[in-house]
Amino acid sequence: MRGASQAKWVVAAVAVALAATACSSGGSSDSSGAADAKGSFSYQSTEPQHPLQPANAMEVGGGRIIKNLFRGLVDYDPANGKLRNQVADKIETTDSQHYTVTLKSGWTFHDGTPVTAQSFVDSWNWSANTKNNQVNSNWFVDIAGYADVHPEKDKGAPTSDKMSGLKVVDDTHFTIDLTAPVSYFEYKLGYTAFSPLPKVFFTDPAKYGESPIGNGPYKFVSWEHNKAVTLAAYDKYAGVDKPKNGGIVFKNYTQAEAAYKDLVSDNLDVLDQVDPSDLASYKNDLGDRAVDQPQGGITSIAFAMYQPDWQGADKAKVRQGLSMAIDRDTITKTVLQGSRMPADSWVAPGVAGYKKGACGEACTFNPAKAKELIAAGGGVPNNKVTILYNADGGHKDWVDAVCNSIRQNTGVECVGDPKPDFKTARDLIDGHKVDSIMRSAWQQDYPLNANFLRDIYGTGASANDSLYSSPEFDQLSKQADAAASIDKTTELYSQAEAVLAKDMPAIPLWYYKTNSGYSNKVQNVKFDSFGDPVFTEVEIKK
Amino acid sequence: MPDLIDTKSPADPAKSGAVEATAKPEKARSLGSDAWEDLRRRPIFLISAVLILVLIVMSIAPGLFTSVDPRAGDLTHDYLRAPSYGHLFQGDWFGYDVQGRSIYARVVYGARASIVVGICVTASVTIVGGLIGMLAGYFGGWIDTLLSRLTDVFFGIPLLLGCLVVLNAFTDRTVWSVVFALASIGWTQMARVMRGSVITIKQADYVTAAKALGAGTGRILFKHVLPNAIAPVIVVATIALGGYIATEATLSFLGIGLQDPTISWGIDIDSAQKAIRQAPFALFFPAGMLSITVLAFIMLGDAVRDALDPKLR
Amino acid sequence: MGRFVARRLLQMIPVFIGTTALIFFMVHVLPGDQVRAMWGDKQPDPAQLASLKHKFHLDLPLWQQYVEYMKGLFTGDFGETLSGRKVIDVISEAMPVTVRLALMAFGIEIVFGIALGLLSGLKSGKFADKSTLVLTLILISIPVPVLGFVFQTIFGINLKWVKPTVQDSTDLQQLLLPAIVLGSLSLAYVARLTRTSIVENIRADYIRTAVAKGLPRRKVIVTHLLRNSMIPVITFLGTDLGALMGGAIVTEGIFNVKGVGNALYHAINQKEGATVTGFVVVLVIVYLAASLIVDLLYAVLDPRIRYA
Repeated sequence: MRGASQAKWVVAAVAVALAATACSSGGSSDSSGAADAKGSFSYQSTEPQHPLQPANAMEVGGGRIIKNLFRGLVDYDPANGKLRNQVADKIETTDSQHYTVTLKSGWTFHDGTPVTAQSFVDSWNWSANTKNNQVNSNWFVDIAGYADVHPEKDKGAPTSDKMSGLKVVDDTHFTIDLTAPVSYFEYKLGYTAFSPLPKVFFTDPAKYGESPIGNGPYKFVSWEHNKAVTLAAYDKYAGVDKPKNGGIVFKNYTQAEAAYKDLVSDNLDVLDQVDPSDLASYKNDLGDRAVDQPQGGITSIAFAMYQPDWQGADKAKVRQGLSMAIDRDTITKTVLQGSRMPADSWVAPGVAGYKKGACGEACTFNPAKAKELIAAGGGVPNNKVTILYNADGGHKDWVDAVCNSIRQNTGVECVGDPKPDFKTARDLIDGHKVDSIMRSAWQQDYPLNANFLRDIYGTGASANDSLYSSPEFDQLSKQADAAASIDKTTELYSQAEAVLAKDMPAIPLWYYKTNSGYSNKVQNVKFDSFGDPVFTEVEIKK
Repeated sequence: MPDLIDTKSPADPAKSGAVEATAKPEKARSLGSDAWEDLRRRPIFLISAVLILVLIVMSIAPGLFTSVDPRAGDLTHDYLRAPSYGHLFQGDWFGYDVQGRSIYARVVYGARASIVVGICVTASVTIVGGLIGMLAGYFGGWIDTLLSRLTDVFFGIPLLLGCLVVLNAFTDRTVWSVVFALASIGWTQMARVMRGSVITIKQADYVTAAKALGAGTGRILFKHVLPNAIAPVIVVATIALGGYIATEATLSFLGIGLQDPTISWGIDIDSAQKAIRQAPFALFFPAGMLSITVLAFIMLGDAVRDALDPKLR
Repeated sequence: MGRFVARRLLQMIPVFIGTTALIFFMVHVLPGDQVRAMWGDKQPDPAQLASLKHKFHLDLPLWQQYVEYMKGLFTGDFGETLSGRKVIDVISEAMPVTVRLALMAFGIEIVFGIALGLLSGLKSGKFADKSTLVLTLILISIPVPVLGFVFQTIFGINLKWVKPTVQDSTDLQQLLLPAIVLGSLSLAYVARLTRTSIVENIRADYIRTAVAKGLPRRKVIVTHLLRNSMIPVITFLGTDLGALMGGAIVTEGIFNVKGVGNALYHAINQKEGATVTGFVVVLVIVYLAASLIVDLLYAVLDPRIRYA
């Protein structure tokens, strides 16, 4: 059968790749004596939605694979979320607008060609170009000359294929000019869209997308569509995080339940997330192989501030009242089975600039005060709210619980308003046709509070679904962006967060957590604040 | 087969409830009255009839069975609280669900949506599909070609896609829009079963005999062909009824079926699946009610079919 | 007979065009913007969004999209998915898996369904009949996801008889559990239909004649009773094969089978008109072939039925 022969090919390819690794490393003398540096492990994943190109991975399925195939100038240290140099030797600036990048030498792509300043500049120019249809093309928006390769909608085709802000000095130096100062631009550089690309990419990007060549700790072996993507450790990897294993198999699952069952029976090595039906028992099932730690994301419910119902100064009291009617502690412990942590701010903990208790009293359960505030604010129009959400994301239980909490504690009628799938819900949200409240979730692009604040609550910000607008908030974030240091930036953003507590455009509910686990075959499995395992650290038991 | 030439039988034994037929005992024993005499003596029929009666009363007046509010939940105390089996007809009889709501109250209030969906979809599917299948099977020729190919076209539509499209056309999502969606997709199966059945029956001697006696097409169809061809349709319909109630659960799961504040067994079965390992009872009671309902309808269908079938005399 | 088959094959053309047009239209009217959905919770860049829509011809009017699609179809080009793969590749990956699964389920329901139906029909009203009734009732009344989940937990995790999910879709042993779950509801239908039909036919004149002629019981049952009772069962089976192949979304999901149900669900969710239509085209061919075979079997089973 066709499937069987394909499987054999994969096995053969992995074997060859692993043998190659073994030759160079010769004998294993790794940290824990019981680890097999040549063994590979499997990880629960989903089918990548796009060809494997660095700026074309928005969703986790492709994103995690790209993350292992490539290393950019910098990345985030999985241990503490701090920036760490990879290909960059240093990135210098005096005004947060003009940067000079110095590369380390010795980095190579998986085809043996060196990683140079040109590899970065060509990659960014190509990825930013509208006609190349990369979903992450607007990550380059800060760079001078972006409008030439990526004109606004209905403003015609790109007039150039190069951004004027990028200049190659020599093989190991290039400069970046931005249109305006962005104090945390270096943080953005850690995103996979800023990865370098080898020369071979530009000959046929589509073909490359099926068998990519990167510069990261792992090289591409095979992609069996809808089944698995296989990577093997790259023996000439020059980064600080050399893989302690021989490779990764990203195994496709459509149902998280099925993945969990495979993990319990040791048919899968590392889990992405425990499915809801096994949350109650996974710690029992897995013992010390269970993982439970915070993640850089937050769930809120956002008000449709564009509806007349929510305008007017008094309505902030009503919104605070609704927030105080939600029993976050009980809901996270019961309905969510400990898979979330009650939120007390709009920024997730572990993110630079997180301030504990920024939401204050308004995020503390207090039914009496809730009723009082709602009455003081003139009550809820028609005494009824609805929470819009997509039914294909497993949100029903908590939306119902939040609604029950609101209804029973304040007497305001509350019902969930499920839409069949994500895109249908998104249509209404993007079109600003939400009647009252909508589900809102944010997962960090980079671990800095600016990402949780300006990108969601700034006037005209792309993810500002509420159409919330506060001159005070905008003023503070503008100052923060122009600040001289990262510390000053986070400090000013914390002040902006205090404005949110006053206006309550969205009710923070809870932070994400990583609830996962691993099989008996692996050890040293740790997770970063993005919820991904630290792939290079995983050890396979002998 | 003497009864087939009996021209005094009531118009349509399948529809005109066998009950009225008994009112005129002086009339020659008709198919309908025969059936009723037969049914009254069958314990299976009596049990299932009583069950269905109770379910119907429950869906009309749930307040008779419980005074607990099915939407009220207390997460702090009642999250997945185990049942107290001794507390008959109390709120905690069947335990509490993941929102801390009384499962007993929800099972009682959920009957309405599930029963309405089950009965109405089955009835409309049987009438529409049955009629189309009967016409196609009996007349054959171009009528058969047209109707059968139309059935083929509809049969190709995946259930999920069909329901998504139909349900999105309604702004107000009620029990009736779910009924309409399921019926508009489900009639094809019934049409095929009926067509197959009619094709065999129309070759039978008694149909030829009726034709020879000069009976009109309508008369042949409804008095001779239909009663004899209906058996497999009833079997499929009674089983499908349970299937439709379960499909309603799948639709709720996909976010296109019934939704809060409507209460249905389907919604509850779906939400209890996630808690199956901690609290199997939360799944057991709504699923059990669904099973009992399906059971009652199948037993009724079986009994009625046996009683109506002239060949079994 | 030959002319009958030829006519039926010709009739497939309008059905084919009707179905593709209908499906294409239905996918189109689904709400939501599939290209926008690529950005998830993040906001898309309007210029990039417009450029991608142009790439997938989504900026054309619907009829033009359909014409473009049909043009491609007649040259054997099924189009591309939103992730840039050829639809024909997606179909040829998913189809063999589902064909294996569906045929296994089909085999199970035929063998066990007819056997159970025959048994309970012959012993009508007796214990064997009653216990078959109970068994089929249980199968019918448990919703498929619950049945799949319970079977998986019991046989896959607690007893460890089989792997809880399908690791290798060419291993028929691994496909057994999902096939049983998939076939169980239809098994119940087949058993009930067979029983009803047998009970009806067992008193027919030709059976009485056959018994009176002194034919052995076995021969009476198989060549006379069973053969004449098969028409409703065959009709059902004909519709069911197509349904098994297209409607296994739940079962395929529970057991992680990468088949048609899975791919179709994903395509509908992504509003990928070309992919959905491509799959339905293949499924319609299966339905049409099955209904043609069913009609031919009518004539085989019942010599009174003839096709000109």
